[in-house]
Amino acid sequence: MMNQFIIGLFAAIMVFAPAAARAADAVQMLPVQMLNVSYDPTRELYEKYNAQFAKFWLDKTGQKVTVRQSHGGSGKQARSVIEGLQADVVTLALAYDIDAIASRGGKLLPADWQQKLPHNSAPYTSTIVFLVRKDNPRQIRDWDDLVREGVEVITPNPKSSGAARWSYMAAWGYALKKYGSEEKAQQFVTSLYKNVPVLDAAARASTTTFVQRGIGDVLLSWENEAHLAKSEFGQDQFDIIVPTISVLAEPCVALVEKNTIKRGTQDVARAYLEQLYSKEAQELAASLYYRPSDPEIAAKHANRFAQLALIRIDELGGWDAVQKKHFADGGIFDQIYAQ
Amino acid sequence: MNNMSSTPIAPPVKHRSPIAGPPWFRLVLITTSVLFIGMLIGLPVAAVFTEALRKGFDAYADSLQGEYAVAAIELTLIVAAIAVPFNLVFGIAASWAITKFEFAGKQLLITLIDLPFSVSPVISGLIYVLLFGANSALGEWLMAHDVQIVFAVPGLVIATIFVTFPFVARELIPLMQEQGTEEEEAAILLGATGWQLFFRVTLPNIKWALLYGVLLCNARAMGEFGAVSVVSGHIKGETNTIPLHVEILYNEYNFVAAFAVASILTLLALLTLLLKTLLESKFSSPTRKH
Repeated sequence: MMNQFIIGLFAAIMVFAPAAARAADAVQMLPVQMLNVSYDPTRELYEKYNAQFAKFWLDKTGQKVTVRQSHGGSGKQARSVIEGLQADVVTLALAYDIDAIASRGGKLLPADWQQKLPHNSAPYTSTIVFLVRKDNPRQIRDWDDLVREGVEVITPNPKSSGAARWSYMAAWGYALKKYGSEEKAQQFVTSLYKNVPVLDAAARASTTTFVQRGIGDVLLSWENEAHLAKSEFGQDQFDIIVPTISVLAEPCVALVEKNTIKRGTQDVARAYLEQLYSKEAQELAASLYYRPSDPEIAAKHANRFAQLALIRIDELGGWDAVQKKHFADGGIFDQIYAQ
Repeated sequence: MNNMSSTPIAPPVKHRSPIAGPPWFRLVLITTSVLFIGMLIGLPVAAVFTEALRKGFDAYADSLQGEYAVAAIELTLIVAAIAVPFNLVFGIAASWAITKFEFAGKQLLITLIDLPFSVSPVISGLIYVLLFGANSALGEWLMAHDVQIVFAVPGLVIATIFVTFPFVARELIPLMQEQGTEEEEAAILLGATGWQLFFRVTLPNIKWALLYGVLLCNARAMGEFGAVSVVSGHIKGETNTIPLHVEILYNEYNFVAAFAVASILTLLALLTLLLKTLLESKFSSPTRKH
């Protein structure tokens, strides 16, 4: 009797255990959703990457993942995350905006976030180039041409946009190298911003101002954004001008740890960022004119990217110092506009 | 006007009213107004549909069936479906209180109802972000209890309610003031209960003005951009209403789709206009039945 019972029990376990395991798997297989809060010109990149990653994740774990996107000026997006936008990952235009989340966001992510991923957490880099009208009617070749009388320069507002801060720093770095003193550099940047008729809130809005509304002679633009505008509006409408010196722009990515823990999305969100460094994603980035961080892919696509001297932000003091000195309230940018 | 013409001392009107001025003056006035309205309203409306149909009707229909477009339309309907009934109830309650009772602070209440008209929508959105955002005490408590207000649907609803709440009350207050309280008093004397009083006497008296207010309220709720933009967080497929989705599409160089979705809002506005005209004729007809 007892034996029969034990055998029965075993049989039951043998029958039900796999079913129970399957049930557990099924729980794991529930589709998951995550939110990537990004800066303005990455719409096309992440639309494609999200499909790529969804396939990768499904093949690897059998789980369906939907990645939602939110785009806007990098500074503004950081602000929203600080105010409670439930981002699982942030992919912003510059490290400072993620630092702001770390310092003001109530421990949303650790202060050393930038060490968590390779290449300073910048899976792709970019630079600032000039987009001009076909055949360059104003003969714009380098930064000095931007401060000429009557040249209209389109660039967004550095207070809210990442591209604008990189552009500003590129101009500053150029003038500092060429004219030798900070005083001269400030004069240079001041006369440059005197030539800016519209300060949009974000990079994409500036691009639309330039290409769609036809305002301005030159757009200071992300390299990738300039190529995209060219391919969207026809190769015969615009030319890209590469200045002698520009800035090495490192758009950074980070896991918003506190939000992912709350939402139970740590694994998928971490994989999402790590996978940005995969060959496949690096190829995708290169195809959209983001400079890949993977040396092999970068070498393969070297001819897609102009060779020019690139200033690192560390040479100018790093983002923390730069932000305080130039873009904080009462900083140099405010002084320029007060004049 | 009616009172004027029925006074015995008014001279009989002959061919044209003395304030109408010479014919050329009228012609100039009318032409300017028509041209002005044509430029400011007619042309843009035409442009919306021209741009939307630039790549043909199929492209137009496709743009309206995209995942994000459908989500935006659904969200807008949900937000309006919550905000409008809320303002309907609030509008009736506030107008009732203001016109049928005397109480301290009545002027203040009227001023407060008008507040959303005088505050910039962006500022009102920002106030909700500051109030319910993660950096406020209230926001922190809400987060700890897993309640998401800003950057989620509740925030959109609250912002929309705020910007649309004067519409119903502003329509009802003047009418109810004019109607006075006699009919209600009579009903009470005849033994009506509170609900009977409301449904048999007050509501029939105000129904056209109420409908009109609800219509305007709805149009604004669906078209609101500023306040909603600040609290939305712009998550595609989740917190983008129709106007926000139009902006996103435009920023993605997707001009046909942007104008196609914008045409939905335009059609809605035209429909509102049509209903408004119908209601106005009902409203002002002297033989209307209660």
